[in-house]
Amino acid sequence: MKYLNLVVTGLTGLLLILGSLGMPETGDPQSPASLHVSPRYIEQGLEETIVPNMVTAVLADYRSFDTLGEATVIFTGALTVLLILRTGRKDEAEDS
Amino acid sequence: MLEFVIGHFNNVTYIILMMIGFHAMTGKTNLVKKVVGMNIFQWSIILFIVSLAAKRGGTIPIVLGSHDHGGSPVIRAAQYVNPLPHVLMLTAIVVGLATTGVALSLLLRIYKRYGTLEEDELFEKIETSE
Amino acid sequence: MRGGQESIVIRTICRLAVPFVQIFGLYVIMHGHSSPGGGFQGGVILAASFMLLAIGDSLEEARRRFSTKAVTVLLSAGVLIYASIGVVCLVLGANFLDYGILPVPEPRNIGMLGIEIGVGATVMAATVSIFNDLITFE
Repeated sequence: MKYLNLVVTGLTGLLLILGSLGMPETGDPQSPASLHVSPRYIEQGLEETIVPNMVTAVLADYRSFDTLGEATVIFTGALTVLLILRTGRKDEAEDS
Repeated sequence: MLEFVIGHFNNVTYIILMMIGFHAMTGKTNLVKKVVGMNIFQWSIILFIVSLAAKRGGTIPIVLGSHDHGGSPVIRAAQYVNPLPHVLMLTAIVVGLATTGVALSLLLRIYKRYGTLEEDELFEKIETSE
Repeated sequence: MRGGQESIVIRTICRLAVPFVQIFGLYVIMHGHSSPGGGFQGGVILAASFMLLAIGDSLEEARRRFSTKAVTVLLSAGVLIYASIGVVCLVLGANFLDYGILPVPEPRNIGMLGIEIGVGATVMAATVSIFNDLITFE
């Protein structure tokens, strides 16, 4: 009964490895991840936005709405820590 | 056969790292070890997805020679590594920072209230204090 | 040596190193368009400089340079800069966050620089705020 956790972890790992044997090889230029919209970002990114860094061009221009959502997530995380840990008691020696 | 092993061994490595994190999350009883296991799990997934973006003979996704003469260089898609998984995982890394911060602040409040961070002692104290 | 302060060798070295770390963080944010970097990376480097000051010197010194109220104001100001650039594009007639219509030369480049500054400010203030709250809790 102590080793139930190890058995379940090993079974899950074995199933995942068997599932990943069907994926395309690493470094294949014809894999489906680099075929549909990514060549358009690489080839026409420099002439539409005059920015040589493709990662920043995709992050801040083509998909800037997702970056706005992500900035909101980090803002909410900091706000949550503030709400949990600052109780406003009078015996905390903190000045703001 | 050797090409098959070389082409797939990094998937096996990241799955082993993921299972180490999974065992730490479910098998240990200390709450701090569970938070560390969650972190390991998350980072193994980020590294796995970034490794899907590799291309043989490709360089980093910054256009070469764009500052030399002012004209536009010739760009072919097979020269550069796929930038799209890098972009998506940038967001995932920063979300991981926020999640770890909130988890650690919850651990601080639990320790102040109950005085222990072991899971079985915590369940006894919760049951006897209600 | 006051209580909670390190020895004088550690204090001097940390105080000498902090401005260089901040200059490097600003460089990573501003050069995000032509070298690896951008808003998130530069924001975390800037936050690491304040953490170095809090660890190498005392926490009151870091609190004096960057007070808790300023951290909270900067946290909201970063998201506000980002959203207001989008609303300016909306007011001028295009879609939300469509930079082609801003009245500056090379509009998509300048719009990207503006939102990277906003994201860098938010990430820096969030990291420093989480660090301060986790340390000063009793």
